[in-house]
Amino acid sequence: MPAVTVEHIIKTYGKKKEVLALNDLSFDVAPGELFGIIGPDGAGKTSLFRILTTLLLADSGKATVDGFDVVQSYKEIRKRVGYMPGRFSLYTDLSVEENLNFFATIFNTSIKENYDLVKEIYVQIEPFKDRKAGKLSGGMKQKLALCCALIHRPSVLFLDEPTTGVDAVSRKEFWEMLKGLRQQGITILVSTPYMDEARLCDRVALIQNGAILSINTPAGVVDEFSYPLWAVQSPAMLPLLNELKALPFVKDAYPFGAYHHVVLNNAAAENQLHQWVQQFAVTNVQAKKITADIEDCFIALMKN
Amino acid sequence: MSNNKVITANELTKTFGDFVAVDHISFEVEKGEIFGFLGANGAGKTTAMRMLCGLSMPTSGKATVAGLDVYTENEKIKRSIGYMSQKFSLYDDLTVKENMQFYGGIYGKKDAFIKSKTASILQELHLEKEANVLVKSLPLGWKQKLAFSVAVFHEPEIVFLDEPTGGVDPVTRREFWNMIYQASANGITVFVTTHYMDEAEYCNRVSIMVDGRIEALDAPAQLKQQYHAASMDDVFLKLARKAVRAAD
Repeated sequence: MPAVTVEHIIKTYGKKKEVLALNDLSFDVAPGELFGIIGPDGAGKTSLFRILTTLLLADSGKATVDGFDVVQSYKEIRKRVGYMPGRFSLYTDLSVEENLNFFATIFNTSIKENYDLVKEIYVQIEPFKDRKAGKLSGGMKQKLALCCALIHRPSVLFLDEPTTGVDAVSRKEFWEMLKGLRQQGITILVSTPYMDEARLCDRVALIQNGAILSINTPAGVVDEFSYPLWAVQSPAMLPLLNELKALPFVKDAYPFGAYHHVVLNNAAAENQLHQWVQQFAVTNVQAKKITADIEDCFIALMKN
Repeated sequence: MSNNKVITANELTKTFGDFVAVDHISFEVEKGEIFGFLGANGAGKTTAMRMLCGLSMPTSGKATVAGLDVYTENEKIKRSIGYMSQKFSLYDDLTVKENMQFYGGIYGKKDAFIKSKTASILQELHLEKEANVLVKSLPLGWKQKLAFSVAVFHEPEIVFLDEPTGGVDPVTRREFWNMIYQASANGITVFVTTHYMDEAEYCNRVSIMVDGRIEALDAPAQLKQQYHAASMDDVFLKLARKAVRAAD
């Protein structure tokens, strides 16, 4: 039995249903999977999570979590899932320990009973256990929120944009924590606008304007990228981009960090690009063939 | 001081009680430069930016922005700069046109200026048809691009962008940077913070703050060479991991 099933979920907002937040979404998540919902703000990530955690009703469609229907059996689901919303939602006037104790108690359990599950994360904030949650640093708040979402040993954990606005170092630390939890067998659904986090998931759904662009393993998403891709660099990047865009055998060209990524029409174009680069060798244009990044795939799918 | 320096900071410091949020930072930013201001959460970026925008009085040190002193001319600074952040930029319940009129008015621009500038921005962004639409009904990507245009509506010497592309889709993120390049080509200095390390590569120079100090400052290519790193992401990780103080 899948941990999560989503079948033709549609969600609209507004009096005349003029805002289409989720447009006929369907997918399954297997037990123990680390499943990423990857997409920009406004893609529908939070609406989806709120429907699955029984906090919002879909217009139509069906969804189950841990085998229970999100509408009929919402009470069962609420006992079984952990949810970390995008906005910090703990009690700022309770201490670290009081917050954790509170969440354990409302689920009829105790910190002691499930301590093994949160131990690795909790030891990092334990030195501050008497501090009010509102006085914690951003990184520590995040760790406490994760502990509180886990303390009742949920079967499915929903993390809504846990790394948004977080610096590159803390983001890496957070994903290390998720890897640890995954090894404990918890199904995790995590949403993020950061494309580079996709490769840390078992499978991902790329989502834009309420619709799924692709569902696959990160390697599978990259395999679907069917055009030759090259990275090109020169000392004058801005003029280079305009020149690349104007080449007839170039399908798309866009900045990508220190390089421009160049999508070619077909395999024959590789030779043409190579010759074009040779011609400009004096001006230090460098080019190399590369495999696509998830972000390349997302851009290609968006433009299709 | 040469006229080409749009920002100068000399031993600029801000303390809150015993806590040294910004610790004797010194740097200069030149006219038309795209200057990336990086650092981990809690490194002191926001405090430093607030001082440069005339919103927070330094504890010690010197700084000028657009030739104006941050201690004595902070009100003039506010009029000379543009500012945009991911969190706050436009009024959702005003139309596209009303937002531009509002900002133009706030900065004391004449009606004729506002009218012609509004028309040219609408044309540039291909938003002519949406001129009278409420901002809240625009897609996020359009909003961010419009927000940038509004931040430079009054033609400031310098624009401060605080994580302008957070959560924006990858295509719009690149269109947004294209607008930054254009602004810079028109002589507007761009001071930008970001958590996307690929965007650090697009800056002319980048500074990286660690524990209130500027730990590194150079062009991306030089920084990568200096820290034997393949990308700015690696440079950032090498430096930011040295931090001893907790994030805010």
